[in-house]
Amino acid sequence: MNDPTQPNVGLFATCLVDLMRPQVGFAAVKLLEAAGCRVSVPEAQTCCGQPAYNSGDEPDSIAIAKQVIETFSEFDYIVVPSGSCGGMIKRHYPEMFEHDSGWLAKATALAAKTHELLSFLTDVRNYSPTGVSYAGRATYHDSCSSLREMQVKAQPRKLLGAVAGLTIAEGNEAETCCGFGGLFCVKYPDISESMVDAKIDDIVKTGADTLLAGDMGCLMNISGRLQRRGIAVRARHAAEVLAGMGDLPAIGEPAKGRD
Amino acid sequence: MQPTSPNFKANAKAALADRPLQAALGKLAQGFPMRRAEAAARLPEFERLRDQARDIKDHVLENLDRYLELYEAKVVEQGGQVHWCETAADARAAILRICRKAGAISVTKSKSMIGEEIAINDFLEQNGIEPVETDLGEYIIQLRREPPSHIIAPAIHLSLDQVADTFLEKHTDLDPNRAIREPRALLEEARTRLRGKFLGADVGLTGANMLIAETGSNVLVTNEGNADLTYGLPKVHIVIASLEKIVPTLEDATTILRVLARSATGQDMSVYTTFCTGPKRPQDLDGPEEYHVVLLDNGRTKMIGSEFHEMLRCIRCGACLNHCPIYKSVGGHAYGWVYSGPMGAVLIPNLIGMETAGHLPNASTLCGKCESVCPMRIPLPRMLRRWRQRQFAAGRGGFVAKTALGLWAGLVTRPKLYRFLMGLGVAALGQLGSKGKFKWLPLAGGWTQVRDLAAPAGDTFVAQYHKGPRGDQSGDLIRKGWRP
Repeated sequence: MNDPTQPNVGLFATCLVDLMRPQVGFAAVKLLEAAGCRVSVPEAQTCCGQPAYNSGDEPDSIAIAKQVIETFSEFDYIVVPSGSCGGMIKRHYPEMFEHDSGWLAKATALAAKTHELLSFLTDVRNYSPTGVSYAGRATYHDSCSSLREMQVKAQPRKLLGAVAGLTIAEGNEAETCCGFGGLFCVKYPDISESMVDAKIDDIVKTGADTLLAGDMGCLMNISGRLQRRGIAVRARHAAEVLAGMGDLPAIGEPAKGRD
Repeated sequence: MQPTSPNFKANAKAALADRPLQAALGKLAQGFPMRRAEAAARLPEFERLRDQARDIKDHVLENLDRYLELYEAKVVEQGGQVHWCETAADARAAILRICRKAGAISVTKSKSMIGEEIAINDFLEQNGIEPVETDLGEYIIQLRREPPSHIIAPAIHLSLDQVADTFLEKHTDLDPNRAIREPRALLEEARTRLRGKFLGADVGLTGANMLIAETGSNVLVTNEGNADLTYGLPKVHIVIASLEKIVPTLEDATTILRVLARSATGQDMSVYTTFCTGPKRPQDLDGPEEYHVVLLDNGRTKMIGSEFHEMLRCIRCGACLNHCPIYKSVGGHAYGWVYSGPMGAVLIPNLIGMETAGHLPNASTLCGKCESVCPMRIPLPRMLRRWRQRQFAAGRGGFVAKTALGLWAGLVTRPKLYRFLMGLGVAALGQLGSKGKFKWLPLAGGWTQVRDLAAPAGDTFVAQYHKGPRGDQSGDLIRKGWRP
């Protein structure tokens, strides 16, 4: 377990995985260990602060960022199963400390070793899953932050391409925002509804039975709307499928043995 | 125009229920973005041109005073005149003075967003001068007394049938039973009506896509050729432009032209690109006898050096509107003033105030698509967030929202308390949500109005991970149904 040649990875699970979908955290641990990393899950982690930052609450976002920086600075890498929270640390923490050179240096150092999970597995660890299968036709939703802040596009497709039995059916609008936008979806529910419906129409067109993505925010938004509309497409974080946990209940489905 | 931006939510709701509008937006969503992508792909140096275009405008903004003086000197040298106007009212007054001096009763006008910004048409009408829009889209919305819903396609919100109905209603001297349901017939009717107006106009009022300091020229870009008939036929040509439209040289102007149409409509170039320099010279066969430039500030110099400085690079191509999922959902009128989309959401609060336009920077998922297609690489999401920061600092987020955020942030920065309370919370919700999801939950109305809410698993990941037997935290136990 304590091979010094293995990189020491701090897993920032994100608040949504922590609170809503623990199995994504376990899937991430499993994948990182399979990719030759030593994984730690600091107990002091909470949230990256994005809800405050995108609401214009600079003082609170700065306080939260400082705490995240202090919690994770000791690791070789910080890996996040979300492009959105990863983008917050990598792109926005340094912006926040533009005028605070001491913290800017710390934020920049942390940003440099922060990675979105799926791209870390391929780009840094050159990992490819073996012996994993998933019977289904899935479509992949590119979250805005994964795509545009973390340059994640080919990596999840490459990883999923190694899963036996899985076909990927690309949606024409795979790169279009699903209408989640954090607090946007509760502040402007009408517009958000129109956006998530357009996303769902595109998913349905692909004929997929499974929706995969790398961000819990989008997944909860889209799956919640799929269920409200009674559309039988199951939503999962891509890490779950890659870790061979695709047989667990999908997002919003009852836990096995409890239904 | 009286802004309706404070009613953004109601405007958006109405727009979402407006079927012809939704059909029109659907077409826009398919057309422009695809053509822009194809145009960019055809030009290997497109991304490099975007960098160059950005650098040109950055350089101009750093040296704006110098270039404006150079520009004015060149205009004067060619026999033209520059009217410096700080406010919209100043610009309106300057235009009226020129029109009065020329004894004008009819003014033809080619599309100008600055014209919309200062509401010149209403003002001219109030002063007994007939303004005639000559761009087809602008002509249609002028008949309907509507503001533009898109900066380059002002009538994009209308269906063909709505346009035909407008023509039948407004062109009352024509046979009410004429066949005008085809685009060609509508075009012919507008063309015939406008031809007479072009020939009879006393003053031609145009905008400017750019002002060139080196030559004192203004650049006009259209697909209909209407700008050429607007400036070339009357005795007086008035250019109305905001002062950040300046570029140093002809070479710089051509660099920006190479990204402008490609970003806007996916054309390599617009159909007509015209450089107007001063009034008619003795050896010229035709052209206006007077050449005036009404140069408007209207709040822009205040943006210089502010966190919205980079917005002044905007060349009004409309790419951010065409690619914005919010714009494509609600259209331009919902924004409640003359601009719309991401550029509008950043610019409008600068021009009419955050108090009036406060919704606009908030009504965005910050998805970043706009910045990814902006030919001038304007960091629009960052500036939307800047407006939110200003609002928050001014206490305009709302007391409840601010208190909730404060409480939440207090919790997030105290990990032990956070763990304890979140543990209790997810346990309770996990019990309640045994069906895996909620159809409704107190305080989650904004979410559950539209979608189900997945129930948490009963314990947090971090707690489960640390409670789980060491050495087997890799998910295998979870797969076997392990629960802490």
